Amino acid sequence: MGPMPGDGRGPGPATGPERPAAARSILRLRICGDPQGVRAGLATATAALAAAGVDAADAGIAETVLAEVLNNIVEHAYPAGPGPIGLRLVRCDATGAIEVTTLDLGAAMPGLTLPRGDPPRVELPVESLPEGGFGWFLIRHLAHGLAYRRRGHCNRLRFRLGGEATAGG
Amino acid sequence: MELTAEDCGAALVIRVNAARIDAAVAIRFKERMRELAEGRAPRVVLDMSAVEFLDSSGLGAVVAVLKLLAPAQRLELAGLTPAVARVFRLTRMDTVFTLHPEVPADLRLRPAV
Repeated sequence: MGPMPGDGRGPGPATGPERPAAARSILRLRICGDPQGVRAGLATATAALAAAGVDAADAGIAETVLAEVLNNIVEHAYPAGPGPIGLRLVRCDATGAIEVTTLDLGAAMPGLTLPRGDPPRVELPVESLPEGGFGWFLIRHLAHGLAYRRRGHCNRLRFRLGGEATAGG
Repeated sequence: MELTAEDCGAALVIRVNAARIDAAVAIRFKERMRELAEGRAPRVVLDMSAVEFLDSSGLGAVVAVLKLLAPAQRLELAGLTPAVARVFRLTRMDTVFTLHPEVPADLRLRPAV
């Protein structure tokens, strides 16, 4: 009867209609949304990617993107203190792409849209150089198919890593 | 966040003895760098060869150290590992810093192993 069942409590049964046929679950993980929890989650995720046969270079890119996504949740969705983060990694057998889903119960993205992630400005005097704002630039540069949705109290971010023309440096 | 500093005459070489500079240690890294480097040699070389992972918080902290030491002191970076170098390259911060493949030979007490 409710318009927003499930989904608000982290990873649940995979009943969604959009699951690709030839995809293998690599990881389902509940992460504590603080910097140490993110560290532990990244270690688990990179180990799972290696175990799934993802090569070291792609796993390194995945670790960078996952770190930025998870740090953003810690800093901006849960500014008052740690909350739970769900992380799901699924590998598409046909393309080799890693489909990533994160879920959290924190604050919504401002304007319900993802930040633009403009390239950092570096042609500046030293005293004016940026010390932040790199995260979304890195995410947008290295990930594909970013999609954000808020339903009820739950933020969901999905994106793909690899599996198509890899973003060069 | 363990950092060790070695005075090499014209330069201070600081080695990061940690595999990660990330959000969990970025503030401590910045504070420790300030303690070790401020008021010392005008040239500061940060040996990052042990650092395997740097996130945007870590990058921001390295930039912050560059800014807090300037203009009296210059921060240079040495030994960027591939994943760390990629973050610098993508954000174009590689154009801001002087980068060395390893700590310059004239600043090393022992030959590289």
